[in-house]
Amino acid sequence: MTVGSAASVTGPTAATAAGVAGAGGVERSGRAGWPELPRRRVPKRARAPRVFAIGQELPPGLRWTVRALSVLSPLAAWFALAASGWVDPTFLPSPAAVWSAGMEMVRSGDLLTDTAASVRRVAFGFGLAVAISVPLGIAMGSLGVGRAAFEPVIGLLRYLPASAFIPLLIMWLGLGEPSKIALLVIGVVFFNTLMTADVVRLVPRDLLDVSSTLGATQWELLRKVIVPHSLPGIIDAMRVNAAAAWNFVVVAELIAATSGLGYRIARAQRFLQTDRIFAVLVVIGLIGLALDVGLRLLRDSVGRWAA
Amino acid sequence: MGGVTGGGLELRGVVKDFPTRRRSGRATRRALDRIDLVVAPGEFACLVGASGSGKSTLLSLVAGLIRPTAGEILLDGAPVTRPGPERGLVCQTGALYPWRTVERNVGFGLELLPLPRAERARRVAWYLEEVGLTDQRRSLPRQLSGGQRQRVAIARALACEPEVVLLDEPFGALDVQTKEDMQVFLRQVWQDTGTTVLMVTHDVEEAVFLGQRVVVLANDPGRVAAEITVGLPAERGLETKRTAEFRALRSQVEDLVRAGQRVG
Repeated sequence: MTVGSAASVTGPTAATAAGVAGAGGVERSGRAGWPELPRRRVPKRARAPRVFAIGQELPPGLRWTVRALSVLSPLAAWFALAASGWVDPTFLPSPAAVWSAGMEMVRSGDLLTDTAASVRRVAFGFGLAVAISVPLGIAMGSLGVGRAAFEPVIGLLRYLPASAFIPLLIMWLGLGEPSKIALLVIGVVFFNTLMTADVVRLVPRDLLDVSSTLGATQWELLRKVIVPHSLPGIIDAMRVNAAAAWNFVVVAELIAATSGLGYRIARAQRFLQTDRIFAVLVVIGLIGLALDVGLRLLRDSVGRWAA
Repeated sequence: MGGVTGGGLELRGVVKDFPTRRRSGRATRRALDRIDLVVAPGEFACLVGASGSGKSTLLSLVAGLIRPTAGEILLDGAPVTRPGPERGLVCQTGALYPWRTVERNVGFGLELLPLPRAERARRVAWYLEEVGLTDQRRSLPRQLSGGQRQRVAIARALACEPEVVLLDEPFGALDVQTKEDMQVFLRQVWQDTGTTVLMVTHDVEEAVFLGQRVVVLANDPGRVAAEITVGLPAERGLETKRTAEFRALRSQVEDLVRAGQRVG
């Protein structure tokens, strides 16, 4: 309908509206005197690929190009900067130097032992944090008493930076493994609990109501409704917090350790071996990526029903 | 079908107050006021009423999901205190388990009982056949249409052989054609199983078509405004809706719903 025809429609519309609404209805006939409602011009070049259109997927070819660029351009910049000679290789080693430093560490066996040490710490620390936080989060998300009991404490503890506990942990637990595991647990457990509780709270009321009319007890609601419904979300929360755990293990090893990837970085720093630091950073990044992809695959296979 | 012996429901002076969020004092809002209602064994009764008349609250009370402030609810003479499989519930969203296949959704209530696997499978197969979803038994809920999902929800409630099936606007989210198919289907299921049915709907046409009796609730606070016995023949098809008798009943109930609506 064009704007011009609106005026001719006004008459009968006003009459019926008055008939239905009766007294108290707005006076519709006043519309006749209004100025024309301004219209926006539609842009003419609407057929060009909309790269910045909100909510639109890119065409597959373009998507892969953008992805490749985002990985390759920083890499290319590194190559170019190192080759240009503007930066002292002590501060920014060339990719080639990093590669050979990495290879040397592989040959000596240091890289393998250090990686194994870090991975073992994450496995224990993160595993322990998950074993504590998932049941706690489920209790907080499903029981009113769980929420009242734990939410204030955990909401506060979450804001204390885990790294600030390092001096205390060293005094309490010494320089060995327990203090590092404890740091990982402190760094992960509160966030993972709150995120798990949020996921559990998303279980629809209807689903719980219907289940109890089908005869499910409290325990059966938990085991057969809440847990399966929340599992994909719980794994998602774990994925986010696994990244934090992986960060904390390196922090712990930077400060006090005799093995691990963080220790290797601290040691290389003492001898100004920037190329080694870079090589270790690459390894840390790759392991983190593998962890993320692994958990994402797990989530996708567990949560196939939600897709 | 065996097992259904009773299913008589009685509400005596049921009152339900909800607390309101007011800072001073302990204010409450009365959702239902002294409801007296009897549903005979095997009867199909429909509850209609304007929004805010407490239809769904009444159903939650009968389901045992919430407790009345005063009065009592009796199923075959025994007071209702908690949810249980003798009072099956079907809600508007269907509330299926999205991770379970159709047959495992239907079998949920039976899994909780000490029933041999083969016996459970036989019963699930019977109800899937009854609701016409045998071919979809291995599908996930997200692969089903809205109407199919409600069929699963109905089969899941029936599999526990309830004395009463409580339906809370089960077809409210469906398009008109699917809704009419489901109405015919539901009447068929009711006739096949002989279960007592108490159904909440805001659709007067649906209530008159399905029910033997239509209970009209007025709002603010919710109370029984009228009960109309539907004198239509037991064998009803969609053509029944075109008869003068049906339209007269429908108009009568619509007027009662409108009269019971207090606009605040």
